[in-house]
Amino acid sequence: MKTNPNEKSLVLGIETSCDETSAAVVQDGHILLSNVISSQMEVHRRFGGVVPEVASRRHVERITMVIQEALDRAEVTQEDLSAVAVTQGPGLVGALLIGVSAAKALSFAAGLPLVGVHHIAGHIYAGHLVKPLRFPLVALVASGGHTELIYMPSHNRFERLGRTRDDAAGEAFDKVARVLELPYPGGPHIDRLAKKGNPTLDLPRAWLEPDSLDFSFSGLKSAVINLLHNARQRGESVDAADLAASFQESVVEVLVEKAIRAVREKDVEELVLAGGVSANSGLRNELSRRCQQEGIRLRIPPLELCTDNAAMIASAGTYRHLERQYAGYDLNAVPNLPLVP
Amino acid sequence: MNQKRCDIVSSSSEETRKLGRHLAERLRPGDVIALEGDLGAGKTTLSQGVAEGLGIQGPIDSPTFTLIKEYDEGRLPFYHMDVYRLDSWDEELGWDDYFYGDGVTLVEWADRIRPRLPERIVRIQMNHGPGDSRYIQIIPPDGGEDRICKGLSEG
Repeated sequence: MKTNPNEKSLVLGIETSCDETSAAVVQDGHILLSNVISSQMEVHRRFGGVVPEVASRRHVERITMVIQEALDRAEVTQEDLSAVAVTQGPGLVGALLIGVSAAKALSFAAGLPLVGVHHIAGHIYAGHLVKPLRFPLVALVASGGHTELIYMPSHNRFERLGRTRDDAAGEAFDKVARVLELPYPGGPHIDRLAKKGNPTLDLPRAWLEPDSLDFSFSGLKSAVINLLHNARQRGESVDAADLAASFQESVVEVLVEKAIRAVREKDVEELVLAGGVSANSGLRNELSRRCQQEGIRLRIPPLELCTDNAAMIASAGTYRHLERQYAGYDLNAVPNLPLVP
Repeated sequence: MNQKRCDIVSSSSEETRKLGRHLAERLRPGDVIALEGDLGAGKTTLSQGVAEGLGIQGPIDSPTFTLIKEYDEGRLPFYHMDVYRLDSWDEELGWDDYFYGDGVTLVEWADRIRPRLPERIVRIQMNHGPGDSRYIQIIPPDGGEDRICKGLSEG
């Protein structure tokens, strides 16, 4: 049974998987009416990373206000909504639970269908909010917690082509930033520093098995550490900007080449870049250049939709709503939720 | 024979990972492993081995971005922490929920929050040796020597 396609759908999205408390209203899956994001970055900065307990407490304090603000800015009320969509996982379990509980309460109180959304699916749908996605497509999702290549033949259908076997790309950036004594979160600092340097240092690329679309970044991190360690023992200094540039080039090259290969293998025309690491200018530039060269349509959502937000969850949730893939009140937060069951 | 501690030389990251798997078989609810050692000494590799040994599937990375990662699909819940950059440890961050919970907690860079750690810990010191080798010293809590150390290095 399908919902009447002429009927306007209005979905409230809720996202609390990590350190952003967010709620959003999206119409018909791709029209953004509101997207309220309350970031906790400043709170976690002094710990040098996200502290789950602190994140959960912050979510509890903010969630009600954030949801109300999202409805107000969209100029809708609970009664106007078609469904409530919430990030079910993956993420921090305590943080996820706040969003899931809020969504259940709202669903129950307002008699709305409840939809659980996978966080990575959400990241891909961020692109849909700019211009409707054109299927089939391949998506490269790279963030602090994830690095995955996903194939989508149509709405709501996902096939994982590859993923990281150890560190996420964003995690690798953060670790190398730490070695270079740059502040948290390290990604943007590496990016800035890399622009001042040249990729003159020899660092490894983890291609893995010839046909693998998986990633591995922990060896690269070790190579950076060893390089610094060895130089120090020889009493030499390493130019931090050159090291940042070399490291960034190494990450970007593997991400770009594997993404292009996935596009070729699946014979699709569209590549979507998503997740917080898409803020990296080196990745954006190189991927744009290669896609142009290869005649691939590249879609990079604007930055505010690339980092965690509820609009992308509302968008992805809309297509589950249209297929009536509803959750019951037993919906639970799943910290390691798989995208494809 | 009662072993007070074990000194192990690992010659590769695969060996370090295997050591982690063997160690995992000996762990009980409430065990806290305090990992110390240089950057690149193999702390994450050992942690990955422990996670594998507990039956956790899927990638285990070291949790720098989020300070704690929880895995609940294994034989015991596994709490993996990296506190390298933590300098405000004296706040109530929910540590005790992990340390005195039903799972196994593994803390990378544990020396940075030593005053916060419980008294009974499995302390593991990792250092660079020549080439790719690593010196690994495991110091179990009082009374846990046989359970943790006996036969571990032969595994």
